[in-house]
Amino acid sequence: MAQALAIDGRQDFITTKGRQISRLKCDDDSIAGAVSQRACVYCGARVVLNPITDAIHLVHGPIGCASYTWDIRGSLTSGADLYRNSFSTDLKERDIIFGGEKKLAAAIDELVAKYSPKLVFIYSTCIVGVIGDDLEAVAKAAANRHGIEVIPVQSSGFAGNKAAGYRAACDALFRLTAPATPAEAALAGKDRSINYLGDFNLAGEAWIIRDYLAQIGVDVNVVFTGDASYGELKKATRARLNIMQCAGSMAYLASQLEETYGIPYMRVSFLGLADTADSLRRIAAAMGGGDLSRRAEELIARETAAVQPVIDSYRAKLAGKKAAVYVGGGFKAISLIKQFRELGIEVVMVGTQTGRKDEYETIDSLVADGTVILDDANPAELEKFMAEKGADLLVGGVKERPLAYKLGRAFIDHNHDRKHPLSGFAGAVNFAAEVYSTLCSPVWRQAKTGGDLNG
Amino acid sequence: MLDATPKEFNERTSGGMINPAKTCQPIGAMYAALGVHGCLPHSHGSQGCCSFHRMHLTRHFRDPVMASTSSFTEGASVFGGGANLKTAIKNIFQIYNPEIIAVHTTCLTETIGDDIPSIIKEADIPEGKVVFHANTPSYQGSHITGFSNMTKAMVGYFAEASAAIKKEQVNLIPGFVNPGDMREIKRIAHLMGAPFIMFPDTSGVVDTPMTGEFVMFPKGGTTLGELGDSGNSKLTVALGRFASSDAAEALAKKCKVPAVTLKTPIGIKATDALVMALRRAFVREVPWELEEERGQLVDIMTDTHFHFHGKKVAIFGDPDIVTGLAEFAVSLGMAPVHVLTGTPGGAIGSDVGSFEEDIAAIVGQAGLKANIKAGGDLFTLHQLIKNEPVDLLIGNTYGKYIARAEDVPFVRVGFPILDRSVHSYLPVVGYRGAMRLIEMIAGALLDRQDRDAADEDFELVM
Ligand code: SF4
Ligand code: SF4
Repeated sequence: MAQALAIDGRQDFITTKGRQISRLKCDDDSIAGAVSQRACVYCGARVVLNPITDAIHLVHGPIGCASYTWDIRGSLTSGADLYRNSFSTDLKERDIIFGGEKKLAAAIDELVAKYSPKLVFIYSTCIVGVIGDDLEAVAKAAANRHGIEVIPVQSSGFAGNKAAGYRAACDALFRLTAPATPAEAALAGKDRSINYLGDFNLAGEAWIIRDYLAQIGVDVNVVFTGDASYGELKKATRARLNIMQCAGSMAYLASQLEETYGIPYMRVSFLGLADTADSLRRIAAAMGGGDLSRRAEELIARETAAVQPVIDSYRAKLAGKKAAVYVGGGFKAISLIKQFRELGIEVVMVGTQTGRKDEYETIDSLVADGTVILDDANPAELEKFMAEKGADLLVGGVKERPLAYKLGRAFIDHNHDRKHPLSGFAGAVNFAAEVYSTLCSPVWRQAKTGGDLNG
Repeated sequence: MLDATPKEFNERTSGGMINPAKTCQPIGAMYAALGVHGCLPHSHGSQGCCSFHRMHLTRHFRDPVMASTSSFTEGASVFGGGANLKTAIKNIFQIYNPEIIAVHTTCLTETIGDDIPSIIKEADIPEGKVVFHANTPSYQGSHITGFSNMTKAMVGYFAEASAAIKKEQVNLIPGFVNPGDMREIKRIAHLMGAPFIMFPDTSGVVDTPMTGEFVMFPKGGTTLGELGDSGNSKLTVALGRFASSDAAEALAKKCKVPAVTLKTPIGIKATDALVMALRRAFVREVPWELEEERGQLVDIMTDTHFHFHGKKVAIFGDPDIVTGLAEFAVSLGMAPVHVLTGTPGGAIGSDVGSFEEDIAAIVGQAGLKANIKAGGDLFTLHQLIKNEPVDLLIGNTYGKYIARAEDVPFVRVGFPILDRSVHSYLPVVGYRGAMRLIEMIAGALLDRQDRDAADEDFELVM
C-alpha cells in the first residue's frame, strides 16, 4: 500500500519528528476521494449535546442522520433517559421540494405532547442547509407555543468537520445560560462550586471526578455535558470556576463563559496518575488552597498508594511495547502519550482527526525522535506506519478496531465504545488492565500461526 | 427503567420517526457495492455520511469497511459537486487503485441535482478501469431501497446478452443478507448442481479471515466478468422482493433472462421454494444431502414443536427478512401478533401495500390476525407490545430496549446487530439456517422458562 502515500496533497498532513521542522497542516477538510475517517459537523454537535439526559434531541433531516446517532455514545445517566431515544423528522421528497418547516413544527408539537420536555434541541443536517429551512423561526415559534426552550443547532454537515460541530454545540449550550441572580451568586461563593466542561460521562467517568472533587470539598455545579439535565445547565453561571477536560469540544464555550459572565477557566486532564494528581492540585489551589489543598494532597496520597503498585505490576509486563494513537482530538492524544509513558510504553505514531496546531506542537515536543505524526489518516497510512514503526497496539475508534485486529495488533477504544471508565486513579488502573488484556491475550499466538495449514 | 414509551395510542400525524426501524439508502448501496470484486464504494456527498455508513457496517460485520467520499464543502453545495467527484475519481484510482468505483449519491447531492452519469463521462478514468453509479436519495425508501438500486445498477451497467443461446446457469440475487447467508445459498445451488452467478456477493469481503495483513480489496465479490455474463443466464432467482426483484426485472428487460422472485429463503417453506425453482430449471434430482438436511429440519421441528405452539411473537426489521421470519414462525406454530418494518410498504415501483398483504396472507392461512405495519418505527412497535404483550421479540439490535423494558426474550436477527458477534458468519437461510433459528428461538424461550421457574417447576429435561 506504499503507493497510497503518493496521494497529492497528503504529504503536508504527515510529519516525522526530528526530520523536519513540523508545520503540519491540520483542521482542513479531507481530500476528495479519501477513505477519510472524519465525521461531520452534525456528528460533532450531536456527540457533545447528546449526553443531556432530559432533552429531546430532534434531528431535522432524512432518516439516516438520526439512525446512525441513536444512543451513539455510552454516556451514563443518573436521571432521565429521554436522550437515549432517536427522534427524526424523516424528511421525504415532498419536504425537500416544499420545505420542511411545517413538518418540523408538527414533530416538535407531537414530541412535546408526548414527553413534556423542558428543552428541545433541533439539529440541522446538510440537506436542511440546502433547502433553507429557517430553524430559528421554527424554534422560536415552538418555544412560545409551549413555554419551553427550543434551541436550534446549526450543524449542517458540509460546512466543515467535527470541530465545527463542537462549535455549533457550544453555541447551543451558551444560549441556555443566563446570568446568575445575586442570591445564586452569593450561594456559589459559599458552595465553592465549579463547572466541569468536556466530560461526557462515558462509562460513568464524570461521576468519578465529581466524587474526587467532593472529597476535596469542591462542589460540581454542572458537568458539560455528561449526565447533565436542563435544570442543572440553567444554573451554570453560578459557578466560580470552569474546569475543562476536552478542550477540543469545549474551548469555545469556556471562553464565552469567561467573557460574558467573568467565570475563569482552566484546563485539566484526568487521564493517567500524573495528570490527575496535577489537575486536582491546581483545582484546589484555584479554589483558595488551604484546607482544600490539604485534602487534595491526602486524596492523591491515598489513591496513589492504592493504585501505584497495580500500575507498577502492569508496567513490568508491558515495558518496551510500542503503541500507535489515532484519536479525535489533540488533547486526548497528548494525555495518552503521557499515560503510556507511565506504563513504560512508547508511542511511535500519533494522529488525530481534529487536532489543532498548538496541540500538534505539544505532541511534537513530547514524543521521541522518529515518531510519525499525522492528521486525518487513511487506513493505508495507519497500516504503513504501524508496520514501519512496529506498533504492538493501536488506540482508535470504531473503524480502526477491525483494521488493527486484521493486522494482528492489539486495540483499545478510547472513544464512544470504551468499556470501562478511564478517568482518574481508578481509570488509570482500568486503562492499564485493558492495555494488558488486549496486548497479552493468547489469541495473538493463534493469529500469528493461523491461516497456514500447509506451512 | 429505559422506557419513555406511553401505552396509550395518540394519533401521530407529523410524519416524524421515533426510534426508527430503518436507515438511509446509501448504506445499502455501499453494502451492495462491497459485493463486487475489486470495487470501492464511493459516497458522493459530505464526508459525514460516508463516515456514518462505514461505522455502522463496521460495527455489524466487525471487519474493515472501505469506502471513499467526495468530501463536500460549502462551495460544492452551491455550485454542484461535479468537480469534487472528478477529483475524487482521479485520486481514488491513483491512491487506492481499485478495479471499479461504485458511486452512490446522498441526500445532499440528490437535492442539488448533480448529474452523475455526465460527470462520470467527463472524468479521467484509467484504461481498463470502471466507474458506475446508482442514485440513492434517502428521502425515499430505506437502506433496502439503496441496496436494490445499486444491485439494479450492476445490471444496467454491466449485464450483456452476448451469447446466442442462454447458458445453463442461474443468477442468484441474495438481497440484503449476511455473507453467511450468501454462502449458504451458494452451497445449496452447488449441491443442486446448478451453475450460478451470485450478485452482489459480500462473502469473502466482509467476513475475511485473519492473515496478519490488511487487504483493501479482498478475494470475494462478484467479478465484472460474471456481472456481464449474467445476461446470458437462463434464469434469475431474486430472493426477497424488496431488495432483489428490481434488478431481476431489469435483467429480464435488458437481456431477456426470465426472472422469478421468491421469498428470502428463511424457514422450510421458502427454502423449499428455492430448491424447487432450481430443480425445475435444471431438471435434476434434489440430491440426498439436501433431502437429508430437510428431513433433519422436519425432525427437529417435530421434536420441539411443543415449545413454540401458540407463543406470541413480535417481529420487526427489513421487509424481506421479516416476511421469511413470519412465515417460519407460523410454520412452527407460533403466532406473529405484531409485524413491522421501517421500510415503506410497497415494493419499489409497484402498488403500495404489498408488505402488509404478504404478511396478512401468511398469518391468515394459519387463521391468525396480526398488527402489520410498513413504514413504522419502534415506538409504534413498543406501544403495540404494551397493549398486547408477546412471549418473544425477534429483530435487530435496536429491539433490546423494548425487550428490556417489557422483559421479553429477544432473538437477534437482521441488520444491524451491533452488540453480538459471529451472526454474520452463520446463516439464517436454508434448512441449516432454519435449524439455527430454532436453536436460537428455543434457547431464548427455554432460558426464560428456566429463569422464571419456581424451584418445584425447575426441570432437568425439557
Ligand atoms: S444525509 Fe442522507 S445519506 Fe447522509 S446520513 Fe443523512 S440520510 Fe443518510
Ligand atoms: S448529511 Fe450532513 S449532517 Fe447528515 S450525516 Fe451527512 S454530513 Fe452529516
